[in-house]
Formats: sequence, structure tokens, C-alpha cells
Amino acid sequence: MQNIAPLNWRRFPERYLLKGNYCENCKQAFFPPRAICPNCRRKGKLVSMEMPRTGKIISYTKVYVPPEGFKNEAPYYLAIIELENGARVLSQIVDSEPEKIKIGAKVKKVFRRIGEPDKYGTITYGYKFKVVE
Amino acid sequence: MKLPLKKYLKRLGKVLRMNAGIIGYGVYIPRLRIKVSEIERVWQRNASGLAVSEKAVAASDEDSCTMAVEAARRGIEDFSINPKRINAIYIGSESHPYAVNPTASIVGDALGTTNKYFAVDMEFACKAGTAGLQVCYALKKARMIDVGLAIGTDTAQSKPNDALEFTAASGAAAFFIGDSKNEIIAEIEHTCSFTSDMPDFWRRPRAEFPEHTGRFTGEAYFKHIINAAKLLMEETGYNASDFDYAVFHQPNGKFPLKAAKILGIPSEKVKQGLLTPHIGNTYSASTLIGLASVLDVARPGQKVLAVSYGSGAGSDAFVLNITENIKNRRASRAVLEMIKEKEYIDYALYVRHRHKIKSL
Ligand SMILES: [Zn+2]
Repeated sequence: MQNIAPLNWRRFPERYLLKGNYCENCKQAFFPPRAICPNCRRKGKLVSMEMPRTGKIISYTKVYVPPEGFKNEAPYYLAIIELENGARVLSQIVDSEPEKIKIGAKVKKVFRRIGEPDKYGTITYGYKFKVVE
Repeated sequence: MKLPLKKYLKRLGKVLRMNAGIIGYGVYIPRLRIKVSEIERVWQRNASGLAVSEKAVAASDEDSCTMAVEAARRGIEDFSINPKRINAIYIGSESHPYAVNPTASIVGDALGTTNKYFAVDMEFACKAGTAGLQVCYALKKARMIDVGLAIGTDTAQSKPNDALEFTAASGAAAFFIGDSKNEIIAEIEHTCSFTSDMPDFWRRPRAEFPEHTGRFTGEAYFKHIINAAKLLMEETGYNASDFDYAVFHQPNGKFPLKAAKILGIPSEKVKQGLLTPHIGNTYSASTLIGLASVLDVARPGQKVLAVSYGSGAGSDAFVLNITENIKNRRASRAVLEMIKEKEYIDYALYVRHRHKIKSL
């Protein structure tokens, strides 16, 4: 078994708190964080920033054939979410009535288990979203 | 020389008298429910004696850690508490996701605290959450922290067809302890514990489900709850009639009412904090969710008695005084409202979500 714990750990801020970044030059927010601002290049001034915890569904799909390790989770909903500051996130949608999962629906971040390699490795935690009224 | 000393002593007296209390709270109850009648159907047993109609079930991607984060997050949002102020995180559970590796540090990072906080996971069957509350209270009184966070959280485990399966539920409650006069909604006036070696419920290492002693657990429950409540009244001088609300650990819908009766507390004072009939026994969260429901409606000047119970065995008792701040510091959604958001599942989906299918 490959030890994924150190690799995972570097992404905790992103997964736990939706930490992305923001360019003070062009005022655009990025998630996941970018190494350089794609708009301003060398002139960009990137600072770390927690993304808002709410947003709306831009597009979604229901996954019946999941990737390796998510077989027992299927079927589940995946959505592209536009957060309140314009940044976009791909996330699973949980705890929501199927008829309420639609384009434009308001969603809120929740903290969930993402997966575990087996019964011995570390558990991966992170964000998912749920539809709110 | 005299005046400054007098002034100093007066200030010292104020500091010593200064009380700590609850400045905010949050509750998380998972959305899934299974009806007790559905479990009765599967095992062809009658569980009506437990006075529980349904229980809350954590989804397959939820555990004690995720529920703790959700409960605390609600408290942070509803009571405008900056997570950077949290200097202590104590998490009580008998279903910590790891045997070794703390839940508390995951919760801290997920809430966005600083790294300057005391932290440990606690276990004392169903009372580890209130034990965390006592530790935060003591740290606050010792002025070692700004804000302390005590959480009771459990995805209660039960062997299929065991009596526990009809009630063992999932949920979490988070309480924030501070001493700011503008923030305290319920001052903790006093707390004490009654503890003895009485093994009525246990789980050995590597055992998946807990074992229990049937009726003996009732004997242990009443012995500790009643003695802790009496000890608290003795130490504070209060009588049963001084309390406007009473919350007890609630393994089923009947025990808390019986405990109240023994103590001479009318059942009307218990009902607001009695959630088990609707969500089941949330173990370490049980007493705390009941207390949260009382804080949802309590008015300034009211006095609340709360007594937890943990097998093995012990009870933590508290007297809380509701302050004026509660008028403008309330949870955005009351516990009794929160429990209305639910989705029923049958026994098959229940065993799928709770990872009880062993051939997978
Ligand atoms: Zn830029």
C-alpha cells in the first residue's frame, strides 16, 4: 500500500476549508489555488483565501459508474458549483432530495468522509455540498 | 497604600467570583431515520417498552468526526464565534473514527482554528461529552483559555438484533465555553460528578459492538444519575423545585422521566430536553442535545439542571443560570425544528449506510 497520508496532508487547507487564493491585481478568486495568476502572470498578487461556503449549481450529473474506490457510494450526484465569489468547485452533492438538485439550486458546504484506501490507512475528509432552501 | 490594596482585593474578588458559561452551541442530527417499527419487523420483536419511535442514522460518509465539525460549525455561525479564539477542543465519543489518531485535531483544522489549543479525545461511554464541558469550564475558570469547545458525538454501534439496535443513534452537540459578560447565555454555576466501578456496558479492543448487562444497566443509570443530582443539590443548596428545566441522559424515552420522578421534578420540566423518542439515543451527544433544546426556549433568570450518564459508570451534573443575553443570542434553528428534516430508510439501507454488511 502506498502511503498517501503526507500527500493528502498538503491539501487539507483546500479540502477542509476551501482555501484557494485571490489575485489582488485583477480581483479574481481561484479554487483550487493557482501558482500564478492566469490573467496577470508576473504582475499578479496572489494571496491565500478561504472560499465562501455557499454557492449555486451550474451543472450536475448522476454518476452510476464511479471510479475505483467509490463503487459502494454510487449512484451519487456530482455538480459544478459557482461559489459566491465566482470561483468554481466540482463536488459531490449529498443529503438532498433528487428533485431539488437542479441548475441554479442554492448549496452549502458540508464536511464529510471522502474515502479510505482500506481498513488500515488514513481516512480522507473534505467538502461535499448539500442543497439548502 | 490602603486604598490601592483594597482596590486590588476587590478586583481579585471579582476575578475569583467571575463565572464561566456557555456562549454558544450547535447541534447536528443526521438526516436519515429508521423507524423502530421497521427494526421490529425485521427481528419480529416488540420494542414498545423503550418509548422510542425512530432513530437518526449517519450516512455512509459520516462519522463522529464529520458530525462534530458540523455541530461546531453551526455554533460558530449562529453565535458569531471566531474560531481563532478557540484554545481548547475536547471531544467525547465512544465511536472515534480512529483507535489512535485524534478526532480533536481534525475538528480544529476543519473549523479553521489557530494551532494554539489544548486538545484531546475523551471516552467515558455516554458521558464523555459532558466531561469535556467540565474540563473547558475548569480551564476557563483558571483563565488558561479564551474559548473552549466541548463536543459530544457518536455514531452509536449496536449488534444486529441486540436490544441496543432499537435505540443506538447518531448525532453531535458542540458547546462553546467563555466568560465574556456580553456572550454568556447560560452561566455554569456549579458542576460535580458521581463515579463508581459498575460495568454495565463495555466494548473490548477490536470488538466491533458493545456488550451490556440488560436490566443491570438501568440499576447503574439510576444509581449514578440520582446520586449526582443529589450531590449537586447538597453542594449548592438548591431543591428540585428550584429548577425550571431538567435534562438527563436518555438511553430511551422512559428513564429520564423516571429519574425526574424519583427526584421530585415534574415531567413537564423534562419534556423540552427529551429528544430520544424522536432521534434515538445519541450516546455522548444525548444529554448535550437535550440541553441545547432547553437553551432554544429558556428565558433569562431560569435555572437548568443537567445530568449525564456514562456506563462504567458515572454522572456529571450541572446547574446553569440563563442570562439576559439569551434574548439576542439564539440558535438559527431550534433542535425541535431541526429534527423535522429527515428521510426514512428501511433496514436494508440502514445496514448499508452503517457498514454492517460484512461480506462487502
Ligand atoms: Zn490577477
